[in-house]
Amino acid sequence: MTSNFLKVTIERGAGAKNAQRVFEVPAHENQTVLDVVSWIQQCADPTLSYRFACRVGMCGSCAMMVNGVPRWTCRTHISKVLDDNAVTIGPLRNLPTIKDLVVDMDPFFDKWVAAEGMHHGGRTREHPIAPVDEKSAARIEANAGIECINCSVCYAACDTVAGNPEYLGPAALLRAWTLLNDARDEGREAILDAVSDKSGCHNCHSMGSCTAYCPNELDPMSAIAGLKRETTKSFLGRVR
Amino acid sequence: MLSVRLYFLQRVTALLMAPLVLGHLAMIIYATQGGLSAAEILGRTQGSVLWLLFYGTFVFAVSIHAAIGVRAVVHEWLGVKGAVLEVVMWATGLGLLALGSRAVWAVTFA
Repeated sequence: MTSNFLKVTIERGAGAKNAQRVFEVPAHENQTVLDVVSWIQQCADPTLSYRFACRVGMCGSCAMMVNGVPRWTCRTHISKVLDDNAVTIGPLRNLPTIKDLVVDMDPFFDKWVAAEGMHHGGRTREHPIAPVDEKSAARIEANAGIECINCSVCYAACDTVAGNPEYLGPAALLRAWTLLNDARDEGREAILDAVSDKSGCHNCHSMGSCTAYCPNELDPMSAIAGLKRETTKSFLGRVR
Repeated sequence: MLSVRLYFLQRVTALLMAPLVLGHLAMIIYATQGGLSAAEILGRTQGSVLWLLFYGTFVFAVSIHAAIGVRAVVHEWLGVKGAVLEVVMWATGLGLLALGSRAVWAVTFA
């Protein structure tokens, strides 16, 4: 740290660019972006609204734009993002701002449902448990994507969502892909239909921001490519 | 704004265009290197079913491919949607098909 204070700009309000507030925050050796936001709320401006819960990168509630880039703030060290001892923090992109750093996550979760991102069970308690072969190719695909924490960083990073607000987005499509590869899920047709819609996986331009910014290092772009392959095969099957 | 049907059509036309673009470029280089005049070129294309098929397929694929691409660009960059978006796509495709077919016909059978 070159100074004992950090210059922290917070974008407040729905018209965030017009409502910037600058704070001087004491610098510490060990400090995350979330620590900085919490200091402002506790010591400088108690009206500042923001979200967090677990503080250890599990709950996915503290994502914000940090210097124009979406990040999980509880696991981002401030030294990693400081630019000339200053940082700008704003609400997540591509989602409506409720207040300050809090966005409305409804569109994000609605799209999980629209992409059939829920379990499609066909068994009852009378049936035996469906066997899962950990070594099968499908299970390996599913395992690669199931650690999503729903933080919406990929959704905020996606330029296709920015240009096409109806597009389902990377997280919902990644969940659809893991379910499609899950031996216990029986909703294959429902999932393929849902992601083949006009707002579905075929809108993806493979720009890769989702994969580049995912804090858990998941790969939604490849999952979407997988959905494109499977939907195309299914489409050809129906045409024939 | 792209359904699986439009996505598939755009990919298939891209596959179709890949060898045709290479053939087209090779033809341009060959024609200009050798110093062929317009009359000499027309002399070879007039009455040729092969050139009609080559460029006819090219124009057909381009019309579909470009119209779907323009649809995505116009939607994402200009916010056009609904019936207007359909009209833009069809007008782009049919416009390219009309212009291209006229040119192909002119150098082969007109």
